[in-house]
Amino acid sequence: MNSLSLITSCLTLGSTDPHPNVTPSVLYGLGWLYLILFAMNAVWTWKSYHRGRHFRLPEFLGGMDMPNAAVWAMYSIALLLVSVTHLTCASVPEALRWFVMPDFAKSAIDFVVADARRYFAVTTFGFIGMLLLRNWLAKPNVGWVLLNLSLLFLCVSLTDWDFRQIVGKPDNVPIVAMLFIVGFFTWLFFYRANENDRRSALGKGPIEAENNEKVLTWPDLVYTEMICMIAVTALLILWGIALQAPLEEPASAVKTPNPSKAPWYFLGLQEMLVYYDPWLAGVVFPSVILGGMMAIPYIDFNKLGNGYYTFNERKFAITTFMFGFLPLWVGMIILGTFLRGPNWNVFGIYEFWDVHKLEALNNVNLSEYFWYGIGRPLPMAPAGADFWTQAPYILLREFVGFVAIGVYLGVLPMVMAMTVFKKFFLRMGFLRFMVFSNLVLMMAALPLKMVLRWAVNLKYFIAIPEWFFNV
Amino acid sequence: MSVGDYIRDSQIWKSVFRHPAPYDRRNRVVVMLTNFFLHLHPVSIKQQGIALSYTWCMGGITFFLFLVETITGVLLMFYYRPTLEWAFNDIMALRDVTTLGIMREIHRWGAHAMVITVWLHMYRVFLTGSYKPPREFNWVVGVILLKLTLLLSFTGYLLPWDQLAIWAITVGSNMARATPVLGHEGPGFQFLNLGGYDLITNASDARFLLLGSRFVGEETLNRFYILHCVAIPLAAAGLIAIHFWRVRKDGGISQPL
Repeated sequence: MNSLSLITSCLTLGSTDPHPNVTPSVLYGLGWLYLILFAMNAVWTWKSYHRGRHFRLPEFLGGMDMPNAAVWAMYSIALLLVSVTHLTCASVPEALRWFVMPDFAKSAIDFVVADARRYFAVTTFGFIGMLLLRNWLAKPNVGWVLLNLSLLFLCVSLTDWDFRQIVGKPDNVPIVAMLFIVGFFTWLFFYRANENDRRSALGKGPIEAENNEKVLTWPDLVYTEMICMIAVTALLILWGIALQAPLEEPASAVKTPNPSKAPWYFLGLQEMLVYYDPWLAGVVFPSVILGGMMAIPYIDFNKLGNGYYTFNERKFAITTFMFGFLPLWVGMIILGTFLRGPNWNVFGIYEFWDVHKLEALNNVNLSEYFWYGIGRPLPMAPAGADFWTQAPYILLREFVGFVAIGVYLGVLPMVMAMTVFKKFFLRMGFLRFMVFSNLVLMMAALPLKMVLRWAVNLKYFIAIPEWFFNV
Repeated sequence: MSVGDYIRDSQIWKSVFRHPAPYDRRNRVVVMLTNFFLHLHPVSIKQQGIALSYTWCMGGITFFLFLVETITGVLLMFYYRPTLEWAFNDIMALRDVTTLGIMREIHRWGAHAMVITVWLHMYRVFLTGSYKPPREFNWVVGVILLKLTLLLSFTGYLLPWDQLAIWAITVGSNMARATPVLGHEGPGFQFLNLGGYDLITNASDARFLLLGSRFVGEETLNRFYILHCVAIPLAAAGLIAIHFWRVRKDGGISQPL
């Protein structure tokens, strides 16, 4: 928020609250947002009217036939009224109490997101739910309702000062937009994939194979490209006018900001630093991610689903990729951007970034669990011993970790080859299967460590700080 | 004879455009073959292959954003000086006083948009199974281009030389310190020593290579500037050319077999 609107809001409210939730400029902006929402729904009503679908009202409401469009029309008119209310109430913000996020809802939402455990559980189960309910979610009306709900959530949340601070940061605006865009394209994928899966069940080819005559590139493709280029240019210019690129204080090597964040697209990697040391989270895992992505075409032996949308024909590939992209990559970026605050603590979206928030951290290494568990002290070399005397002690101390990692990356793939992935193993051959299973296990290593950290406060599987070798 | 006809009949016009306007079928074919910018495309194309709900247009938008970034970037280079003395001041002047200072906004938002469109392009390519034979290698090229896009954005992040820039790069480049064997706080750096003398120190490790210094300073600014404006764009342009060429050679945009 710029200083001018802060001053005007203080004047209008007659209060000196430095963190006002509702100000005239916020209400005015929201008025426009609701107006856009109204326009979107007006168009949707129009389309619904032309589709001409009806539904039957329940008996106690008369049991009449109602066109779907009537419901959308009423909703649109309500949005228009809300918009007008916001635009006209902007001069007396205290009169507007209906369209703010209620406090109990704020604390309920913060309770869920202000904790990495619950956040990860919600995103993961949300992802599983999305896959299970894909046929229902991919209906246009359901998708439209979800879009409306998420936009309304955004609008209502914007009445919170702390929410505005984090979402309204210029560099964070594209991330908010990305959430909607990724959501839309995921929906579009399921919409098209479900249709093809239904056709396939009826023994028909994919929709992409129909009406597939050759057309001339000029004009059919070059005009689309031209329109796209103009639209993107216009969008960038409008975006550039509306939102100034961030510029903070001049660089200073002595004033460390708290929190210090990497650029937003690397925040998923920075999030891994909570669970793994830099050599893994910052170097090895990124390399494995890139290498693993390059390996995908050579691992995936499934010939189906080439050149058309389908889910049923490629269940494993799509589930794995989507799990990596949605909860692990995009989900961790959201966690890093919107929820990580000072001292890298997790904060709710409506929570003030308190530098003094404390989180207890008492993490224990696997080796400590083992040696203390059998009632012995950690093996230690005599003080001042040289490298070659120390090494056997260190290796003895950490042997449980080495065994655990060895089992995880060496033995587990063989077990998988004989059980759940038997078909894969037979189709892939030994080498390809080992690469595949190790990549999958590496991908699972992050959620695995998260769960172990939360369940038993596990710090490291192998802890050799002497050699910077912590896993 | 109208002025338009006079111009189109002149030797100059005809030397540039070697055939009449693409109003009929023949000239719509010829224009694709004779125009340098259009010859990336095939003359004709499958209808479903250009349907927006199939392609999402994200690869094309990514390429267009690359061009936007190049053009706005070159304009910014005329103004910006990558030195400790001037970097921040030049960016501030771009914001406050310079005519067309909005080029910086377009450049920055375009960069964010490009990162997102690259992801969505890969998402679409994966979901349509377009990496499957015969297009495996082009997917590999695409992954390298993804990495270059992120590196372009990362190196550009430092150039405004404000708090946001220096600390984001510090956080990001601290990782290199822990590179196995090649970082001075990475596992196994002890292996590289000669007669008890460590070869990998904070003045010779992977992070030093990246920063040109032991901390993010003027050498880093210079290094990132060259990477951002010259080295990575050239590499990306080369790979983009290969990427497009392979799209054509591997049978055009993916289709049901």
